[in-house]
Amino acid sequence: MKSTVTRREVVETGIALMIGFALPLRGKSDPEKSEFNAWVRISTDNQITVLAETPEMGQGTRTANIMMLADELELDWTSVRWEQAPTIPRIYKNLSAGGSGSTTATWLKLRKAGAQAREMLLTAAAQRWGVDVKACHAGNGAIVHTASGRRIVYGDLVREAIQLPVPDPDQVPLKDPKDFRVIGKPMQRVDIPGKVDGSAVFGLDVRRPGMLYAVIARPPHFGGKALHVDDSDAKASPGVKAVFAVPAIGYVPAIDRNLNVAGGVAVVADSTWNAIQGRKALNITWDQGRDESTATLQAQFREKAAGAASVVNVDRGKVEKVLTAAAKRIEADYEFPFQAHATMEPMNTTVHVRDDGQIDVWSPTQIPAIAQSTIAALASIPPEKVNVQLMLSGGSFGRRYQWDYLAEAYNVAKNIKVPVQLVWTREDDMQHDFYLQYSFQRMRAALEEDGHIAAWWYREVTTPISTVFHDPAKPQAAKDVEDWNGETPYDTANFRADYAPVLSVVPRAWWRSVSSPFQVFAIECFVDELAHAAGKDPLHYRLERLRADQKGEAEKLGSVLQLVEQKSNWSNPLPKGQGRGLACCVFGRTAVAHVAEVSVVDEEIHVLRVVSAVHCGLAVNPESVRAQIEGAINYALTPVLHGEISVKDGGVQQSNFHNYQVARMKDAPEIEVHLVPPTAEPSNGVGEAGVPPLAPAVANAVFAATGKRMRRLPILKVS
Amino acid sequence: MICKGFMGQTDFRFISVVSSRLRLYGEGERIAALSTTIIVVNGVSHEVNVASSTPLLWVLRDALNLTGTKYGCGMGLCGACTVHLDGQAVRSCQTPIQSVGMKKITTIEGLSHDRGHPLQKAWIEEQVPQCGYCQSGQIMQAAALLASHPRPTREQIDDAMNGNICRCATYQRIRRAIQRAAGVAA
Repeated sequence: MKSTVTRREVVETGIALMIGFALPLRGKSDPEKSEFNAWVRISTDNQITVLAETPEMGQGTRTANIMMLADELELDWTSVRWEQAPTIPRIYKNLSAGGSGSTTATWLKLRKAGAQAREMLLTAAAQRWGVDVKACHAGNGAIVHTASGRRIVYGDLVREAIQLPVPDPDQVPLKDPKDFRVIGKPMQRVDIPGKVDGSAVFGLDVRRPGMLYAVIARPPHFGGKALHVDDSDAKASPGVKAVFAVPAIGYVPAIDRNLNVAGGVAVVADSTWNAIQGRKALNITWDQGRDESTATLQAQFREKAAGAASVVNVDRGKVEKVLTAAAKRIEADYEFPFQAHATMEPMNTTVHVRDDGQIDVWSPTQIPAIAQSTIAALASIPPEKVNVQLMLSGGSFGRRYQWDYLAEAYNVAKNIKVPVQLVWTREDDMQHDFYLQYSFQRMRAALEEDGHIAAWWYREVTTPISTVFHDPAKPQAAKDVEDWNGETPYDTANFRADYAPVLSVVPRAWWRSVSSPFQVFAIECFVDELAHAAGKDPLHYRLERLRADQKGEAEKLGSVLQLVEQKSNWSNPLPKGQGRGLACCVFGRTAVAHVAEVSVVDEEIHVLRVVSAVHCGLAVNPESVRAQIEGAINYALTPVLHGEISVKDGGVQQSNFHNYQVARMKDAPEIEVHLVPPTAEPSNGVGEAGVPPLAPAVANAVFAATGKRMRRLPILKVS
Repeated sequence: MICKGFMGQTDFRFISVVSSRLRLYGEGERIAALSTTIIVVNGVSHEVNVASSTPLLWVLRDALNLTGTKYGCGMGLCGACTVHLDGQAVRSCQTPIQSVGMKKITTIEGLSHDRGHPLQKAWIEEQVPQCGYCQSGQIMQAAALLASHPRPTREQIDDAMNGNICRCATYQRIRRAIQRAAGVAA
């Protein structure tokens, strides 16, 4: 049992938490003997606290964490308390949330943590009663002697239980899934009450005695520099305490990453508003913008789509030969522009560089452990001296997996003796995001008479992510530029997937579901075009062509296609002017199929209803799974109906929600989410899987309604 | 009760009272005029000393530490900062403190003392929030809607709520929670 923290370590790290079963430090209890696991704490007065580890940003991971532990420990769900686990990466290995992986990553670990405590409490009770452990069971926060019904609540067993050896996590018995009482049940989320009365504390809500607020004036184009700064008016602006230059941060060898911090001029004031006003009073002459615009990018995309590939990811059979000889050849291009994350809570972090050499950080981040190591590297101090308090995140969607704003916050705070909250305004957030990469995909296929796909050539062109973070001084192998396996779920003997990059000054990174939004858009729209060309029903066409050599994936897709066919009344006709469109994908190990119903009135699309089928193995909290799929559908509506980040002179043209419109209430369709009955496969991620199939489902529905193919997003008008 | 709230942590050594106005002297020659404003928030009077053009949002958040009201856009485009002025939903980021006068300000913290407002209950029952950041504004907007339209139609709900952005896109649950609180069928 290594995953423990001793009381001595707790004292040394200065964190006012007692990990393990927290006994009052009195009597003869030996602190070193209270080594239990790091996720559950039971006091002698029967307060049961679960330490939740993975960052909560709206996805419900905190509740799922607690559910998994509570089930094995047989807790009374209504009495469980929780706390955010401290940022001690040596103990807590899952101090990050990304790739829809939080629940999957902690599934066995937290169950084992609960089971360890349960077994210790069982042994303690059995010893007290002088009976065999097998004669006892745990239930509802107590150990029960099964035959007699005698019962002791956990708090009354703590003193004896913590003296017992901690069971080996790899040997401790876990519950049979048929006995789950909490896992798999739709449980209310533990974080919701605080989110309906204003008491939930997000990063921007951090308030410390004597704190100041900072904003940064950043260059209007990427890679820009200030040529001249006149800060006299800013310094005279009400409440402004300090104005100073903050450096750009590029590649940092210590963490082997280009942080892409723009640099600029920081204004520190006694309130957020005064900081913003002070920034307005700055008079800065920036250098000239770069020669990059959406139009220059588009020209390169088209050139690269037609030219040579830099990497051939897959090459099976004789694609070119079959395509050349084909009687029926289909070709289409799909374009998906840059998108912003636009989390409701803009980027921010509060940092206090203390006189004693320690640094306190309060951050809404997906990566508290990386936050700690990064700030430690920038400050040249050991990570243990950086105390990261993970705050609730007001949305993340991948944006808070970056740590540019953390580095910036440190760079500002190191000049100030009090805690400083670095606030990004909405404009900062929208113009200095790490956007979904721009993509252009060319599809070519040869169809046989019966609809069989004889050959498929898939050319992907994007502004890749990896180059954004790479050391610019080191050459990057062409194959490492884009992490893409090129495969599709559909059977074809002759298949080629190849890739060419377009370089851009615009930072790109992980948007919700990373590169799947545009890849699935292209694949699923193109398959729909093939089905139509073959004169087949698009749903049955897909089912018939799922790849036999990808059995697991094909089975999952088959199950969601069949479920969505049934639940969406797929074969029932819709009124004139309306259409039904389908798309599906596997993201990670989760399969999703959406059927969208749209109406097109005066060339404008209205998405009326989306029926979704999801295969995610065993859903730990089906209520959260439904919520994530609903949210993903509406999140994915933004690039379909409105969203485009466009570029001019190397900078982003949009600045706020008036020119980067996002899906609103009136855009939001009725959504039905249906889960394939739980399988033995544990809890696969659902945070992202609902995003990719939405755009193609809507585009295919528009085709069904109007006969027009929508191959570029957003679809502002059907014309 | 009068609470004194100063923007941020004003250094009191630099404040001198000149009739009803305060002067804040910073380092060097800086002089900035602040005016004393009394506002009534959730039934409590507060005296705040800020520039008269300061938006109510920042007075609530930075001077009074009422952080339940959120900053989302600063342009009245997203609704995260919605509060009530005499029962009307307003965007506090677009409401200069000088325009408030003695109108009663209600924030999410003052909507109920025990999450007992029918909308708060419905928000929990329908499990609306995900990240939760926009939900204060959503609930305040919905509360004003129900005050004027106790049994809103779906169209009225969509109209009233269209100015409130939720990036977790919990719109369907927001709609249902309003219908539940109003006792109207979905």
